[in-house]
Amino acid sequence: MDAIILQLFNGLEKGSAYALIALGLTLIFGTLGVVNFAHGALFMIGAFCAVTLSRIFQISFVTEDPTQTDFLGNPLQVETPYVEKWFGADAGAWMIDYSVPLSILLTIPVMLLVGYVMERGLIKHFYKRPHADQILVTFGLAIVLQEVVRYFYGANPIQTTSPSDYSGTVNIGAMFGMQIFYPVWRLVYFFFSAIVIGGVFAFLQFTTFGMVVRAGMADRETVGLLGIDIDKRFTLMFGIAASVAGLAGVMYAPILSPNYHMGMDFLVLSFVVVVVGGMGSLPGAVAAGFLLGILQSFASLNEVKAIIPGIDQIIIYVVAIVILLTRPRGLLGRRGVMEE
Amino acid sequence: MSIKNISRRGLLRTGAVTAGGLALPTIFTSSASAYTNEPTGSSVKLGFNVPQTGPYAEEGLDELRAFELAVEHLNGEGDGGMLSTFSSKELQGNGILGKKVEFVTGDTQTKSDVARTSAQSMIQKDGVVMVSGGSSSGVAVAVQGLCQEAGVIFMAALTHSNDTTGKDKKANGFRYFFNAYMSGAALAPVLSNAYGNERRAYHLTADYTWGWTQEESIKASTEALGWETVETVRTPVGAGDFSSYIAPVLNSGADVLILNHYGGDMVNSLTQAVQFGLRDKQVNGKNFEIIVPLYSELMAEGAGSNIQGVYGSMNWNWQLQDPGTQAFVQSFGKKYGRPPSGSAHTSYVQTLLYADAVTRAGTFNPCGVVEALEDFEFDGLGIGSTYYRGADHQCFKDVLVMKGADNPTNQYDTLEIVEVTPRSQVEYEPDHPMFAGGELGECNPGA
Amino acid sequence: MLGLNAKDSRFMLIVVALTLLTPFILNPFPADSALAQFNAGYPALMQRFAIYGLMAIGFNILFGLTGYLSFGHAAFLGVGSYASVWMFKLLSMNVIPALIAATLVSGVFALAIGYVSLRRSGIYFSILTLAFAEMCYRLAYSVLTPITNGETGLQITLSDPRILDGAPTGSSLPTPGFFGLKMNAAHTIDIAGWSFTFSVGYYFCAVIALIGFYLSLRIFRSPFGMMLRAVKSNQQRMNYTGLNSRPYTLAAFVISGMYAGLAGGLLAAMDPLAGAERMQWTASGEVVLMTIVGGVGTLMGPVLGAGFIKYCENIFSKINESVLHSWFSFLPDGIEDVVTWIFARFVGEGWHLTLGVMFMLIVTFLPGGLVEGGKRLAARRKKKGDVDAAKHPAE
Repeated sequence: MDAIILQLFNGLEKGSAYALIALGLTLIFGTLGVVNFAHGALFMIGAFCAVTLSRIFQISFVTEDPTQTDFLGNPLQVETPYVEKWFGADAGAWMIDYSVPLSILLTIPVMLLVGYVMERGLIKHFYKRPHADQILVTFGLAIVLQEVVRYFYGANPIQTTSPSDYSGTVNIGAMFGMQIFYPVWRLVYFFFSAIVIGGVFAFLQFTTFGMVVRAGMADRETVGLLGIDIDKRFTLMFGIAASVAGLAGVMYAPILSPNYHMGMDFLVLSFVVVVVGGMGSLPGAVAAGFLLGILQSFASLNEVKAIIPGIDQIIIYVVAIVILLTRPRGLLGRRGVMEE
Repeated sequence: MSIKNISRRGLLRTGAVTAGGLALPTIFTSSASAYTNEPTGSSVKLGFNVPQTGPYAEEGLDELRAFELAVEHLNGEGDGGMLSTFSSKELQGNGILGKKVEFVTGDTQTKSDVARTSAQSMIQKDGVVMVSGGSSSGVAVAVQGLCQEAGVIFMAALTHSNDTTGKDKKANGFRYFFNAYMSGAALAPVLSNAYGNERRAYHLTADYTWGWTQEESIKASTEALGWETVETVRTPVGAGDFSSYIAPVLNSGADVLILNHYGGDMVNSLTQAVQFGLRDKQVNGKNFEIIVPLYSELMAEGAGSNIQGVYGSMNWNWQLQDPGTQAFVQSFGKKYGRPPSGSAHTSYVQTLLYADAVTRAGTFNPCGVVEALEDFEFDGLGIGSTYYRGADHQCFKDVLVMKGADNPTNQYDTLEIVEVTPRSQVEYEPDHPMFAGGELGECNPGA
Repeated sequence: MLGLNAKDSRFMLIVVALTLLTPFILNPFPADSALAQFNAGYPALMQRFAIYGLMAIGFNILFGLTGYLSFGHAAFLGVGSYASVWMFKLLSMNVIPALIAATLVSGVFALAIGYVSLRRSGIYFSILTLAFAEMCYRLAYSVLTPITNGETGLQITLSDPRILDGAPTGSSLPTPGFFGLKMNAAHTIDIAGWSFTFSVGYYFCAVIALIGFYLSLRIFRSPFGMMLRAVKSNQQRMNYTGLNSRPYTLAAFVISGMYAGLAGGLLAAMDPLAGAERMQWTASGEVVLMTIVGGVGTLMGPVLGAGFIKYCENIFSKINESVLHSWFSFLPDGIEDVVTWIFARFVGEGWHLTLGVMFMLIVTFLPGGLVEGGKRLAARRKKKGDVDAAKHPAE
């Protein structure tokens, strides 16, 4: 019983990451009709925003401590972060501790900018081009982005810690009188992604802007004929989609130590999620994300693996095949989207 | 592609030149030399085949640094490093057999296929007499097989699977690095002292060749202590999020988690195990413990504070105090501003050992090199007296048991040496069941 | 000639000539010069040009003609490799049974996967093929290790039965051969500083690739090819006229899968090892990229694309900083360091960056791929401004 509840939570947490990444991807599909292979790279950039901010906070000035020596036998250099000097030791330490959540503030403008530049500078020229060309150009961009990150941060995973207040575990079984401990940060991630997903839906549902975008997703031409400048809105939409991917990455950094190719690792998975959910369907992407996350968690149970060896490695693909064969356009897809 | 300047006339011209060329008496064929890529000029080429892209790229870069340093020292540049501490005094800093050492590099991408292509290009195009490098046992085994067939020497760098000198051993291949069996044998006594003999262990194992031999070895040596193995679970390579494999550990009744992971997988699984509160747990009245059988500095750096107090093993560490290590750390540190990693050390030592064997044999012929390296006893290359066993081309030397440092003062001393397990304790017979099944075969000079 | 019209015959002859002269074409620089780094005329790489060219030709029959974008073709390459290595292990080191097995087994896989995947179209089809291929890769890497030897890759050993070859002699592994002609045999000719290597393996691959190219030329020109193009331009209309397009697309899928399997078999024949990474999605993606980079739907494009990507991978990744220093050593010290630093970002460990930038440049400025680039150059040279020719690729 404990094991099942734990795997359910694992599934929800995994699913929330999948859902967030797929949400941004499907937004770009739905609004712009672009197959964006650089979406994984956007997720990766988000994660590296967390790394960057924590590094910035830890920029230090150096004083020599003659009483100790380093590995070459020179006097040891002691470092003190500037933030501790400027904001006082306590506030500075707090900022370093909370650098991951604080980097949300950095991520949003960075991702909006990245999205804007990408859309205006590159993607714009590919709206009318075949999907194969879009794949090639965004894949090329993804490689360039990840190599740039690698140049600055190296290829090793970089540990990024969650705030110490949120780094322990909490008893999630308390209300049932059970002892089930679960990492706090993963719960934070789950609630965070729920808020982001809710925010995106509310934005599209309850604002005029969102209404126009939804109309544009349904019938771009007619909206254009009505004299609405849909292009400008789509640029912003691309920025928002990039931000969602970035936010998914920045809060994920403590769970998965960021490395430069993490985007590529998530790329295939995110496409599978989007397609299982149905191209261009936002609720579909979210539902598919959680479905695949939970199924993957349960497939990793030893009892399941004992029956079907290796199932945990392929469950996602098996599910994708089954769903696509029984539901032609994924869980909630619409007819005619990306089928030609 | 260089197709751009092909016109029909160009083709005709090339054809004419060829026809003329064929008639000339200066036709050399590859069968003219006694062995593959016999160096005829004033220089000799070595091939360093390391991962430069992909998850192990940093490890590969550190290996490359060490290779470059070794070449420098062989050519008599720099401070000479371990040449002065090496017990064999054949190397004079004038290249190898008077020939200047040059090198070519290649990218394995940590994929067997790509690594073989890259090694092929070194052998066929650049004419190398020795290939070294690697960061994964699968790659090492694949390239070792290639070198055997092509008739060049393979000096394996980072490969820890028992198979490399076990069922996949080859006469032209040599391994200085230790292996999974030695890790298990070295760790067992330390673990017994630290955690007692009544423990219940849960294994998470990377689902590929290296993971399996690592699991087999550490399981055998801990069970010999009296530990019970609760469960062994295979995890997909590059899984990223290991939560669904770690969660079942909590209620399994195990009080030790053994992570047979390496690289990014190790960083993630260890970090996540700590996040799940495993290290704060009490099971069966004992503190829950985590063990990482194979450590590397670069990965320890990635795992940060999570490795504090976690035991593991290493081939070599820069904190050793012997003269060889100190000489190496000095010259490496001066050149690159950082202490060398264990994989850098292995790469450096393998290059020196190759050069020394060539010098002692008096020839670059692989068969001469094999003869010179087999059953070779030496010292002064860090970690004391070492023996290259002829029966399986595995090096035997002391093994380091490491522990995550409690108070690291900088990013390089995240690990501390707990014990240097003597060589006699980690030795095994060449026909040990974990290593059985392969044939060393005979040295192949190619050509 | 051979059922081709005059223009196609000429085209075919040029391709044959280029293929046969590859050892010269790819070694334009003297062996001792600094530019020898850019020579690609060594057996292993030439073989790969031919093999991946063959694979891309096959892929183009599916993607170029029908527009179905498969993201799982690497699975067939991998299956072909495993099948032929098993033939080497069980039957004989002769490449013929190995290649036949590779083609047939991958054909069966392609039939099964294609039958299921072709029930969907567009991106849904792509993801289905991707899912199948990733399943193959994951299983080959772990659970199926008894068949595939996991991460290390399937290799031949001395103790394999090889029932047709009789007892092994000596202690070295046998090499694949074509009735006594060893695949790894090579002959090097040195002419006044140039060095050209003629490898049996390369010419064997080249002949098979040429046959594959000829077959694809025939398919492009056949009524069957017309049908496939009809699927691409408007499948719905085709269905309304009462034609069932499924058998045609399935046939194209199986044919291209068999091309990939044959390519995999050839890879194993040149170097008897089959690794699971051959089936990873990045390997499938590579074939897609080769086709697009070269020019989708053109006959020569995929081959050029394959050559381009393999060249980058093998040549650029081997240029390290000390090589760069030797090139630029004529520059003053400070400038040399700067120039070296800039170039070093794009070669050696940074060769991926070059690849990414090239992808973006090619697709942005040459929408038809390298073939269109060539046509534009040709058109410019003619000065007649025959731009139309460039706009309508004549395959």
